Amino acid sequence: MLLNNPSSPHVRGPLSVNVVMLRVLYTLVPGVAAYVWFFGWGVVINISIAVVAALASEALMLRLRGRPLMPHLTDGSAIVTGVLLALALPPLLPWWMTAVGAAFGIIVAKQLYGGLGYNVFNPAMVGYAMLLISFPREMTQWLPPETIAATFPDFWDSLRYAFTGVPPAPIDAITMATPLDHIKTELGLNRTITEIKAGNPLIGEVGGVGWEVVNLAFLAGGVWLMLRRVISWHIPVAMLGTLGALATVFYLTNPDANASPLFHLFSGAAILGAFFIATDPVSAATTPRGRLIFGAGVGALTFVIRVFGGYPDGVAFAVLLMNMAAPTIDYYTQPRAFGHGRR
Amino acid sequence: MARKLWRFHGGLRLPGYKAISTARDAVPARLPRHLVLPLTQHIGEPAEPVVAVGDQVLKGQLIARADGYVSAPVHASSSGRVVAIEERPIPHPSGLTAPCIVIETDGRETWAPLTLHLDYADMDPSALRNLIREAGIVGLGGAGFPSYIKLNPGPGHKVDTLILNGAECEPYITCDDMLMRQRAREILQGMTIMRHALQAKQCLIGIEDNKPEAIAAMRAAVKALGIEQVEVVVIPTIYPAGGEKQLIKTLTGLEVPSNGLPIDVGVVCHNVGTAASVYWAVIWGEPLTSRFVTVTGDGVAAPRNLEVLIGTPVQDLIEEVGGARPGLRLIMGGPMMGFTLSGADVPVVKATNCILVAGPQVVGDPPPPMPCIRCGACTDVCPAQLLPQQLYWYARAKDFDKVQDHNLYDCIECGLCAYVCPSNIPLVQYFRYAKTEIWARERDQQKADLARRRHEFRLERLEREKAEREARHRQKKAGVSDAAGDDKQAAIKAAVERARRKREAAAPLGGADSAPATSDPATPAQDDQKE
Repeated sequence: MLLNNPSSPHVRGPLSVNVVMLRVLYTLVPGVAAYVWFFGWGVVINISIAVVAALASEALMLRLRGRPLMPHLTDGSAIVTGVLLALALPPLLPWWMTAVGAAFGIIVAKQLYGGLGYNVFNPAMVGYAMLLISFPREMTQWLPPETIAATFPDFWDSLRYAFTGVPPAPIDAITMATPLDHIKTELGLNRTITEIKAGNPLIGEVGGVGWEVVNLAFLAGGVWLMLRRVISWHIPVAMLGTLGALATVFYLTNPDANASPLFHLFSGAAILGAFFIATDPVSAATTPRGRLIFGAGVGALTFVIRVFGGYPDGVAFAVLLMNMAAPTIDYYTQPRAFGHGRR
Repeated sequence: MARKLWRFHGGLRLPGYKAISTARDAVPARLPRHLVLPLTQHIGEPAEPVVAVGDQVLKGQLIARADGYVSAPVHASSSGRVVAIEERPIPHPSGLTAPCIVIETDGRETWAPLTLHLDYADMDPSALRNLIREAGIVGLGGAGFPSYIKLNPGPGHKVDTLILNGAECEPYITCDDMLMRQRAREILQGMTIMRHALQAKQCLIGIEDNKPEAIAAMRAAVKALGIEQVEVVVIPTIYPAGGEKQLIKTLTGLEVPSNGLPIDVGVVCHNVGTAASVYWAVIWGEPLTSRFVTVTGDGVAAPRNLEVLIGTPVQDLIEEVGGARPGLRLIMGGPMMGFTLSGADVPVVKATNCILVAGPQVVGDPPPPMPCIRCGACTDVCPAQLLPQQLYWYARAKDFDKVQDHNLYDCIECGLCAYVCPSNIPLVQYFRYAKTEIWARERDQQKADLARRRHEFRLERLEREKAEREARHRQKKAGVSDAAGDDKQAAIKAAVERARRKREAAAPLGGADSAPATSDPATPAQDDQKE
């Protein structure tokens, strides 16, 4: 008689941590593919470096903490952290910055807090924030989308640049700001949205050129993740809804000084953040109502940082700030238990 | 006409394995050589034996009478001789032994004389309840609560709806399904009797949509019998739809209050098997001696339902369906809420609905638990709308106040949270642990309180006696010997005053001690009189 687990339930559902992480990874594939299509091989190089660095840091820390390597190294969480961080980084970043960001996220934000399940902050975003604060110049130099670029680095150029720092062309010929950053800078110079947009090859129909497609691809993956019930709808809907609503209000009040809501949604990290980053279950709020509040908070903070803050995109800081609030939100949003009357 | 249904929170469509045991009709199981009848087959006080070793008994004869309000009598399920009254292993998660009456069957199945009550409609509800009580009927859905209590709404309660639970939601279990297919009329007649006892307005029979044959059979029987205000309601197959509170919500939209009973919302809910037993007990006078049991799982050759005499050893049933391979897990109940049996030597009791014999394919040991990633899958499926992951954190941290804040006691242990957990955390085990721990602490607390109060009373008594001694001495010195009446009055007054003081002192400690406190002063008062 097998008696190792005599207590009910005697059967288990098919879900496991690996499966959850794996699903997150393959729903990222369309977005990553579009990203590579428009912004080149640097994306793939970043992902590889970040994943290797994340796994190495995870292994190192598990060893130092005297924890078994195997179930944890293969649970997929470090890979997800690496991939998400890489997707937030500019495509031509020196390899060691990518590696340091991933290692910082895993070592400081995850393992020093106790490893999988115990981290208060989203490790990928901690890595990103650390890099953004430490290397603001490198972290805001983006490639123009390949479709409109005069010169564009191929795979070997990108690889050589990432590892040796030898640029394929004069550096200011191949790098520029992101559309969000660009608009922010220009608005700061008192130009109107119409002026900024006019004749600027970077700005597309609704968002930045290329960014629109990349974001649509992430949106497709995210919606699929939601339909598969890997993530609940609360955080993405609340976050994008709040961001969109605030942007709409400002846009309608003064369309010349404020980017359109669609521009907000399809130019930066809003979609990726809403479906893949803010939904990180470990560091987000967990009650249904709490998730709504959490998502709305991320959306509002993203907007505030983008429009009034010093950084071109606010998703990372918005997520980290709301991570701090998550336990409190959970505490005050306990659902009404069955048979307990309405609250 | 489609009835409006309500959706309870959470739940899950579980893979079904019911077809393997419904291919063939249920048949009576072979008569076992020995019947083992535990004195506790129900929630409440154990029954008390009224036979002795060596006695000849007839089928249906009372062999142990109910002891207390929440208790049920036990009857011989076949004729034979009592060969032992002793501790035997019983079906219980802990593998306990408990007192049982063992009957060696004689193979004749001779019934004890029975009293028929074809005229039940003229009977008083309380007389009906008595019949049901004396027949030893307990809930056959698995919990085993004495049924007559649920048929006694008590003063101030009106029963609007009687619900029959035909929503057998656990995978593998089909005994209610087969009973509805094969005994629809008996179930409905039992329901009519229960309805008469409860004076209920309407009856609803909730059946999950994965039992089309049972639905058809029950509907046909309703039509054939021409009973009014009865509806067979088809409900979605979402585990745990058969949970009493979930079924009531689904059918009526009413939520049974957390600390309350269905009767608080005007509903009484009984299992369909219980209804059939009520029919046999009232109309034909037959006490509960048998029930349908599903013997199933990938570990037995020919899974099927058997009509089993209460007390039949599980081993006999397994042999009857082709025997089990060795090294399998034996579960009483379903895979979600059933418990592992320590062996096949335990008997079928009144609450036994299923014997599941499963191999490692089904019940293999889960991979080692991983840390909780707070994914919320447990929250999404919890039918009690709890936050299992928070409960888990607090239970692990032994923060039992927080555990109770998060409504641990509303957990029905349906097992869904652990089922969906990607980290394989045995959540239900943590909740059971927390519940027992809290009970243990409450018991300890009560003991400590009692000890403290005893000590305080002792100090108070010593002080009082000292004061009284001194008062007597003063009285003697003063030499007051006459005016005995005044003396008496004063003593009474003093006693009353003392009692009042004591009551005031004792009040914040709870009313339980007011009795000794008030009776005590009589003693010194008598002492005074003697002098």
